[in-house]
Amino acid sequence: MTRLQFTTRVVKPLAFVASLGPLVWLVLAAFGYRDIGADPVKTIQVVTGLATIVLLLATLAVTPLRKYTHWSELIRLRRMLGLFAFFYVLLHAVTYFVFDQSLDPGLIWADTVKHPRIAVGFVAFLVLIPLAVTSTDGMIRRLGKRWGRLHRLVYLATALGVLHYLMVQKLDITKGIVYLVAFLLLMALRLPAWLRRPAPRLGTRNSELGTTQ
Amino acid sequence: MLIRRPPDIRTAEITTEAAYLSRREFLSGLALAGVALSAGERRALGRMLPRDDDKLTPWESVTTYNNFYEFGTDKSDPSENSKNFKARPWKVRVEGEIAKPGDYDFDALVNPYKAEEHVYRHRCVEAWSMVIPWLGFPLKDFVARMQPTSRAKYVEFTTLHDPAQMPGQRSRILPWPYVEALRLDEAMNPLALLVTGLYGKPLPNQNGAPLRLVVPWKYGFKGGKSIVRIRFTAEQPLTTWAAVAPDEYGFFANVNPSVDHPRWSQARERRIGELFRRPTLPFNGYADQVAGLYAGMDLRRNF
Repeated sequence: MTRLQFTTRVVKPLAFVASLGPLVWLVLAAFGYRDIGADPVKTIQVVTGLATIVLLLATLAVTPLRKYTHWSELIRLRRMLGLFAFFYVLLHAVTYFVFDQSLDPGLIWADTVKHPRIAVGFVAFLVLIPLAVTSTDGMIRRLGKRWGRLHRLVYLATALGVLHYLMVQKLDITKGIVYLVAFLLLMALRLPAWLRRPAPRLGTRNSELGTTQ
Repeated sequence: MLIRRPPDIRTAEITTEAAYLSRREFLSGLALAGVALSAGERRALGRMLPRDDDKLTPWESVTTYNNFYEFGTDKSDPSENSKNFKARPWKVRVEGEIAKPGDYDFDALVNPYKAEEHVYRHRCVEAWSMVIPWLGFPLKDFVARMQPTSRAKYVEFTTLHDPAQMPGQRSRILPWPYVEALRLDEAMNPLALLVTGLYGKPLPNQNGAPLRLVVPWKYGFKGGKSIVRIRFTAEQPLTTWAAVAPDEYGFFANVNPSVDHPRWSQARERRIGELFRRPTLPFNGYADQVAGLYAGMDLRRNF
């Protein structure tokens, strides 16, 4: 088995199953096989929110991992991880729109403008939409160099996501700090490359998703 | 997505609302030992339930979804970490501006009162709510018995500080012990209860055994749990949340849909057991009984 085969046939399916974990847990809980707690909507929001942040951080970990381990085939995982992150943030946002705000645009608007934590989360969600939409092979081809520039928005979305998580906590922000440190570390690992090449050559490689961010 | 609760009954002790409702008249006196209810008192059971859409929150939720940071900050922590908590023997120090300061054994403190059941809406500052059948006695009767002096203007309630039994107190998320307080006229309102039980049973540890405060028109954090000290003061006590985050939690903490928490809306709440939010009522629906306490006060500033 080549390293490419190992990555696509072993590592990627494992990452797929792991990414599906929170959803499987929620489905089991919805049918009574796990304890979803006294406030199911809150549980769904906590689980999907955490899954989004962890998957976004995992997406951001791909490039440094490739660089420092020379395991360049890991790029095959990145799109899948990013799309899973979007899937969970979509669930997260939809439960908020439906159950918390009864799909009332007036209520959603009032909540967003009055409460910074909602605004921050909302912007993070909006930023991720174009990234998900442009994740197909066709869009990557069509956008060319612009694809890489557009997808640098994932840094903003992750930063806002972590900030949103920190703002939501009532008292204990330990976990939020862990995510913040992880995010800053993943950004710091990119610094040397950015300092060497102020304008990274994006979208010019021959590999499947030819960008390094 | 279909969402329902787990079908299995996980503890032998569980009481369904249906079983509870059929047994309540036999059980409701148990929490205050040796007190039987007369027919007239039984008729009083179930009052304070003015809205048709208030259904009792299941025992399971009331006893597993708790904010009691002394046992941990997750909602399930109190029920999991309080199993070995020793709620007896229990002493309560009563002191300050009163004629009769002293240490009261729990039984000596509660025995003069008859068990009363009050079904109250319970609104958490986190914008969720429950409907709970509390068992206890009016705080005003206790206050009268202690004979406050003319200098007494506030009543302060202190929760047990015992990190050996309360693992949450081993981290400094809050300055322990937890302190809450009421203005004396608030304490004299008939709705304010000293609570010793719920659903006709002695108060579970995770709900604040053996003695807690319930003030249904205020956010839940005003109801100090596992009370070991009651102090009557002339000055307004510095209460825990108001000390930690004065811009987020005021001394009064009356339920008020038009004054948001700085980080979230208080206009609507999720009743535990329901999926969609419902409007929050001024003073949690008890405005008729308590609004007079705050006549002339700016409730936006005195939140």
